[in-house]
Amino acid sequence: MQPHEFPQIEQQLASVFERHGCEANKLLQILREVQEIFHFIPAAAITCIAAHLDVPRTRVEGVAGFYSFLSLKSAGEYRMLFSDNITDQMQGNPELMRYFCHKLWLEPGKVSEDNLLSVDSTSCTGMCDQGPAALVNGWPLTNLDHARLDLIAELIRVRKPVCDWPSLLFEVKDNIRRAGTLLGEPFIPGAALRATLERGSAATLAEMEASGLRGRGGAGFSVARKWSMCRASAGEQHYIVCNADEGEPGTFKDRVLLHSYADLVCEGMTVGARIIGASKGFLYLRGEYRYLLHQLEQVLAQRRAAGLLGRNILGESGFDFDIEIHLGAGAYICGEESALIESLEGKRGRPRKRPPFPVTHGYLDQPTVVDNVETLACAARIAAQGGAWFAAIGTAQSSGSKILSIAGDCARPGIYEYPFGITLQEILDDCGAEDPYAVQVSGPSGILVSAQEFNRCIAFEDLPTAGAFTVFRRGRDLLQLVQNCAHFFAHESCGFCTPCRVGTQLQKKIVDKIANDHGTASDLEELKQLGHIMQTMSHCGLGHTAANPVLDLLQKFPDAYQHKLKKLAFEPAFDLDGALETARNITGRDDAWAHLP
Amino acid sequence: MGAPAMSNNMTIDGKHVPFSDGQTIMDAALAAGVYIPHLCHNPQFEPHGSCKLCVVSVNGRNMTACTMPAAEDMVVASNTPELNRDRKALVQMLFVEGNHICPACEASGNCQLQAAAYYLEMQSPHYTHFYQPRAVDASHPDIFLDLNRCILCELCVRASREVDGKNVFGISGRGIGTHLVVNAASGRLGDTNFAATDKAAHVCPTGAILIKRQGYRIPIGQRTFDHHNISEVQMKPQEPEHE
Repeated sequence: MQPHEFPQIEQQLASVFERHGCEANKLLQILREVQEIFHFIPAAAITCIAAHLDVPRTRVEGVAGFYSFLSLKSAGEYRMLFSDNITDQMQGNPELMRYFCHKLWLEPGKVSEDNLLSVDSTSCTGMCDQGPAALVNGWPLTNLDHARLDLIAELIRVRKPVCDWPSLLFEVKDNIRRAGTLLGEPFIPGAALRATLERGSAATLAEMEASGLRGRGGAGFSVARKWSMCRASAGEQHYIVCNADEGEPGTFKDRVLLHSYADLVCEGMTVGARIIGASKGFLYLRGEYRYLLHQLEQVLAQRRAAGLLGRNILGESGFDFDIEIHLGAGAYICGEESALIESLEGKRGRPRKRPPFPVTHGYLDQPTVVDNVETLACAARIAAQGGAWFAAIGTAQSSGSKILSIAGDCARPGIYEYPFGITLQEILDDCGAEDPYAVQVSGPSGILVSAQEFNRCIAFEDLPTAGAFTVFRRGRDLLQLVQNCAHFFAHESCGFCTPCRVGTQLQKKIVDKIANDHGTASDLEELKQLGHIMQTMSHCGLGHTAANPVLDLLQKFPDAYQHKLKKLAFEPAFDLDGALETARNITGRDDAWAHLP
Repeated sequence: MGAPAMSNNMTIDGKHVPFSDGQTIMDAALAAGVYIPHLCHNPQFEPHGSCKLCVVSVNGRNMTACTMPAAEDMVVASNTPELNRDRKALVQMLFVEGNHICPACEASGNCQLQAAAYYLEMQSPHYTHFYQPRAVDASHPDIFLDLNRCILCELCVRASREVDGKNVFGISGRGIGTHLVVNAASGRLGDTNFAATDKAAHVCPTGAILIKRQGYRIPIGQRTFDHHNISEVQMKPQEPEHE
């Protein structure tokens, strides 16, 4: 695009600039709005934004090129992104996408000639309990089937604005199947804050310590330790950040917490703010959950009106705290706390080097606490009800309860809250899993568990989890799962370090080769080597865990690979028939004569 | 009992390496004459830590030497068969990711990627080549930009920002699509204020940024790595520059 094609660009962007000001931290928020206006980020807009924020043009282009939901080329007036999680796949999304493309004479990944729409796939949208799912211009579509896609195709043909589409298409249910202490008991907004103010910050921190609360994002770091380190760090400002970038495929518990327990989460943030001495907090909301933005803003407004946010909270002089929502734009890596902070600063989501850690040098280099949504909800309960009450639930090293997002081959997918220590078998019985064969605990970066291990339990001392719990029945091709995970990591690698940037691609290619019946024994050795390099040489957790599904499958389900392998010890990576794919696409042929014998 | 009291004490491959506050493992190693392979690091610029060649084992945990601060009682292992094997794999990854045709490249003999490959005894690229289509930008009157050879070390990004104060280069894209961009709406180097005298024009460890009309001024056989291995060259205080 040439700059002269957008002569009005400055006027068009004026209102966006007015809303966000001219701090470079707002770059990602500005780019999101530009994407909504033009359906892509024109080169002229990049130049204009760079001038407005007084940053190099390369910085704006760098950020615009990083996030999946921003595009530097036109993506059409309507952008339809089918969720590519394994559960969506099992529910038939690949076939639905082909059906939709065929209906509208489209090719995936390409824009229609009239620039009306494009269709592509995207990483898990967090609707695994009500898939197959997709996003249209950022809004979630659930329970897709042929009839709904027919309707959607018609709505697009008549160019009906997405905001006027039937609301049924966008219905998202909570699906809470089992509520425990966190989800089941009533909570009066302000209760935790009142208790905190009465008890005092140091005493409340002691309650956190007594509760044994550990981070719910998967790593399980002690919340009391994190908060006290941040509290003790010197800085001009302290910040608390709620990590609502729930990107791990198969996880959707935070979606429900933010939808129906937002007060609890905000209250946990406010308690944390009181303890660490923060007057500003951010809620980093993943782009896929943009539909929750308006409702969350309303909760914040209600809390301000009730004196639970803003200046002199609950009449306590000098207790000032407010929360700002920051939207992501499609990047799994931003769930990593230092990448999330970079993104909050309007940068590419690149994990920082450590040390220093965010508790001393976080947002704007100031002491910062980043906590998972569920962690903050737990913290609010603890502040209100005390540490001993919480510590009595769960196991010795894992106090409290854990919310699981259960999906896959089970009769009742949805949200289940259990005290820590629950065995997989009990969970599988509860959710109506029929003839379960494997469970992926905590998504692609977690652990693939075989039926022999169903007596293991959910706890930091055994199977830690960020919440995903995906069930596979006997007969499922687990290689398809591993292929899905390999593609996911290759897509989501930030590209910073060599082992992850190149390694995830090589892993994807080899798994594809095996899945396409061209694998040999030497490819399995290659996968192990690659896994070792990614695990030991990568910059951050994404690379460290990117080989988990591959290695778990090799170790626990060797048959899944073996039956695919050729007898040869080696077969070249070059696939002669595969090389004809382009020609087949051009001619629209897929008959026997279009393939090598 | 023999530990020297009251002094900074770190060992690398069994050798005592002194360090001062604020030094990284890499800084201390280079100062002490201990070589740790690296490509994205250049002591003249802010450490980056992306190539991961300098990963060392510190008390049994892998850490990036160029960004990790040296600390008391660190027992560092660097020159081990395991780490060198993994480093070789990383160099092989860089070779297949880009399009590195050494015999036809005018940086051959001056190229640190090539020299690292020799140093780590790489016999073949091992992995399947990606053959990604990448552009050559010859729009600048004095400088070529050949992205086929870019290994994303960001030395030019850092040099242009930290030394030249120009921000000519940046990084866009993600994952395997990560790529160097230049500071112009046209995307062409010729439309930036880049100059052949800029520091950023002389820091590329490969042949991605080359000064025009100097290609074969130094004949093959007389180039930097024709007579020295990369450890000797990188251990010198000043990095070699392309003529």
